[in-house]
Amino acid sequence: MNMNLKLKIWRQNGANDEGKMVDYSISDVSPDMSFLEMLDVLNEQIISEGGEPVAFDHDCREGICGMCSLYINGEAHGPDRGITTCQLHMRKFKDGDTIYIEPFRAKAFPVIKDLVVDRSSFDRIQHAGGFISVNTSGNTQDANAIPISKHAADEAMDAATCIGCGACVATCKNSSAMLFVGAKVSQYALLPQGQVEAADRVKNMVAQMDLEGFGNCTNTGACEVECPKGISLDNIARMNREFLKANI
Amino acid sequence: MSGVLSSSIGRKVAMAASAFFLMFFLLQHFVINITSIFSPETFNELSHFMGTNPAVQFVLQPVLIFGVVFHFVMGFILEARNKKASVKYVKNNGAANSTWVSRNMIYSGLVILAFIVLHFIDFWIPEMKYKYIDFLPESPNRYYEELVHKFHSPIRTGAYVASFAFLALHLLHGFKSAFQSSGMSAKRAAKLETVSKIYAIGIPVGFIVIALFHHFNQH
Repeated sequence: MNMNLKLKIWRQNGANDEGKMVDYSISDVSPDMSFLEMLDVLNEQIISEGGEPVAFDHDCREGICGMCSLYINGEAHGPDRGITTCQLHMRKFKDGDTIYIEPFRAKAFPVIKDLVVDRSSFDRIQHAGGFISVNTSGNTQDANAIPISKHAADEAMDAATCIGCGACVATCKNSSAMLFVGAKVSQYALLPQGQVEAADRVKNMVAQMDLEGFGNCTNTGACEVECPKGISLDNIARMNREFLKANI
Repeated sequence: MSGVLSSSIGRKVAMAASAFFLMFFLLQHFVINITSIFSPETFNELSHFMGTNPAVQFVLQPVLIFGVVFHFVMGFILEARNKKASVKYVKNNGAANSTWVSRNMIYSGLVILAFIVLHFIDFWIPEMKYKYIDFLPESPNRYYEELVHKFHSPIRTGAYVASFAFLALHLLHGFKSAFQSSGMSAKRAAKLETVSKIYAIGIPVGFIVIALFHHFNQH
């Protein structure tokens, strides 16, 4: 059965605007719609009424790119687990529901407009060390010739599934980016190719993370619960170990 | 090394290190205090040793005071930095993904701080006055009577019981969190779950039993 919903959406015209929640009503919402499709319909409605559509991030719409954000009814990516907002369906809501839609909030994620936030702080952390320096002169050793245990390969792959969406920061009461940085540090620290630069990597990435103004992890575990890719808290512990090893 | 303590991870590890120290202290404090229920003589003997041994008085005691102050100051610093980093939501459902105790360590910590102030006023300051200001002669059998006397008041006993309840809440998250901050994997930390609960609930409940026992066994 199609639904009628009330929406409370954060509207903010640029980083310097104060911003406020604005009420909208939307009717005839199919439970099979994705959440973003529901917002598309809302925007068509707003445009037809001569208003300015709600700005929100989206790209692949299949849970891979990490672009769609949104804090829905008090949770990053809404009331479901292991998904991004584009994978959230309206069947998770009931007819007559009021849905709160806010941007991912953190000082290090300033609002650009409405529900769109600037997550380039993650890019700068990656630039600080989230890579390996490979000699591409033509004499590079075949990666398959380096033995790696199945366990390490699996854990590195699990860490590498982080799509950098920022849900960990958004849901953390401290706006800590340690799950994201922990995943990026871990995916290399677990593999021989990444171990050569492991000390510099963790020091530089943590320094950049601190410079961007993210908070301190207090192990509430909310990030792990809300992460669409199920990145484990183990990655934070591994980053802490790598950091201590690099500094002491 | 100097950069470690100015980094977010360094501060976390330092917080965890002070927590380990305080948890060890709490355990030994409990072991001594619980003897007051079974044997006033043993309690007096142990208290006399702790109160007069120069190593305890002039080495361990200052280290303990430093540990307590460091833990609270670092807690406030971390809280202030975290507040500065975050922006409030209009609607936030914290209960959906984390426990109340893990999100409110600062409040359970503040109650414990208030308790420590009360505890210092009740025991530590009179003890310092007795020994180092009034220079009264040491009486090895005075400790048990002083303890029992303090738990005469139902208000003080109630305050102690309430504080120990908050201590349990603080430890329920803090015990495991200290291990995770120090780099122990979540899987290994999960194996500590039972030990964590035994410690976090057992020690404060033990202190509550001691307070209530002496309150209801006034003579």
